Amino acid sequence: MKKLICIICPRGCHLEVDENLNVTGNFCSRGAIYGKQEVSNPTRMITSTIPITGFMVKMLPVRTKEPVKKALIMKVMKEIKKIVLDRPVQAGEVIATNVGNLGVDIVASATIDKETKQY
Amino acid sequence: MISRTLVIIGGGSAGMAAAIKAYDLGVKDILILEKGRVLGGILNQCIHNGFGLQEFQEELTGPEFLARYAAMTQERNIEVWFEHTVLNINANKEITVSSPQGLVIIKAQAIIFTVGCYERSAGAIKLPGDRPKGVITAGQAQYYQNILGQKVGKQVFVLGSGDIGLIMARRLTLEGAKVLGVAEIMPYSNGLNRNIVQCLEDYEIPLYLSHTVTKVIGKERLEKIEISKVDANYQPILGTEKIYEVDTLVLSVGLIPNLEIFNNPKFVTSSTRGLLVDNHFASEIPGIFSAGNCLHVHDLVDFVVKEARIAATNAYHYLQNQNEVSLQEFAVLKAKEMGYLIPEYIRIHQSDTAVTFQFRVRFPILKARIKLLNAKNEVLFQVVRLYLIPSEMVSLEVKAALFLQNSEPLHYEVEVLE
Repeated sequence: MKKLICIICPRGCHLEVDENLNVTGNFCSRGAIYGKQEVSNPTRMITSTIPITGFMVKMLPVRTKEPVKKALIMKVMKEIKKIVLDRPVQAGEVIATNVGNLGVDIVASATIDKETKQY
Repeated sequence: MISRTLVIIGGGSAGMAAAIKAYDLGVKDILILEKGRVLGGILNQCIHNGFGLQEFQEELTGPEFLARYAAMTQERNIEVWFEHTVLNINANKEITVSSPQGLVIIKAQAIIFTVGCYERSAGAIKLPGDRPKGVITAGQAQYYQNILGQKVGKQVFVLGSGDIGLIMARRLTLEGAKVLGVAEIMPYSNGLNRNIVQCLEDYEIPLYLSHTVTKVIGKERLEKIEISKVDANYQPILGTEKIYEVDTLVLSVGLIPNLEIFNNPKFVTSSTRGLLVDNHFASEIPGIFSAGNCLHVHDLVDFVVKEARIAATNAYHYLQNQNEVSLQEFAVLKAKEMGYLIPEYIRIHQSDTAVTFQFRVRFPILKARIKLLNAKNEVLFQVVRLYLIPSEMVSLEVKAALFLQNSEPLHYEVEVLE
């Protein structure tokens, strides 16, 4: 039996997941899916920033296209840190594919062009 | 003097949501005054995900969430004046603004005040010891790291378990820093569960509850901090001191609504330290409304934009019918278990169907009966709620019909059941 706090929404249901991946304590069906997933194959979205040159803005916020296996987080971060951009970019655009051969794509989470002002 | 129908002060998520709603209701002469160079406010530096689950049924990053609202604002050609800082608002709704062209005065028929909040500083919590470089607030750390791309520190400790502190603990860890721990003076966390799990537990960062920093040590740069356990009265317990060698102390010790502009005693503040508003988010000055984090600090941006839309709808009603008379008016007192209550003053209008109350509890309560009573201690409304914690806002909807016969002050009571 594994005890978890559901993180799908701020309600924070106290879940219990047994050996057969049966979930109890969940308020909604999303909690059951989370409980199962969190015990069998936990994943996380990784967000970071990369340097972008030639614009008023210095850093481009990025994220992984899909949530990645928890065990891969540090490896993916290492790859993200290698990326530098020197061209305009659209939010949602894939800026690096299959980084480090980990099967993970990195996506821009903001649009940056000549018009973009520094926050 | 420039004249405008509706002026919105602050172009963050609340300001944009209010502008969009007012425009869609038919107010076309809208001006957003923004002190910065871009829309979106603090969301610009909140690069993490988790925004928009309620609003868009998607998990977006801060920049993605703000881009959607900025696009909706631009589609409507809503005018935004950037680098315009509001210095004063008087009771005639004349706004004094500092701009690149000098001082400007704008007369508004209605104002929605959406300027957000600021962070409690080292001085504000009387942090004991030296004042070296390396003691910064979580929001400052976030700005240096995410906007300027500058490394914040190598050996880091976080004081306070507010959400931004937890998020920065993860962020700095991912950037290669060693985060030695998070100390929280309260016996429970002040952050959302998801942040405790995803920002601390994922990276095995210890959370020390009932602990605080009792000494900051360092001449030029921070060298060490002393952490102590505290007793039930939050006083450090002698003999529990522990020294951590760190170069950075990140403070996440609370957010306070920004009310700098209202240094006029005519503007009444509430238990949230924001403007006192009624159930229409209207302040004591007719035509001035407030919403978002400058009213009370929200858990989620999704709640901010929802509240801003309600404030905008009420501003629209005010512009349509400035002389609307309330059917009933009365104050509502919060229970002692509540950290704050919104609203603390009720005006029932003909069109009101319900009154929504929002509050936070001061300490975790497993199960509580929340009761609204009149001066004779008769219960007008009651509801049982589970898992009440300070980090999560509670929202209650009460039918307006219940108040039609009432003109005296009401008060809340919280009966702790478990």
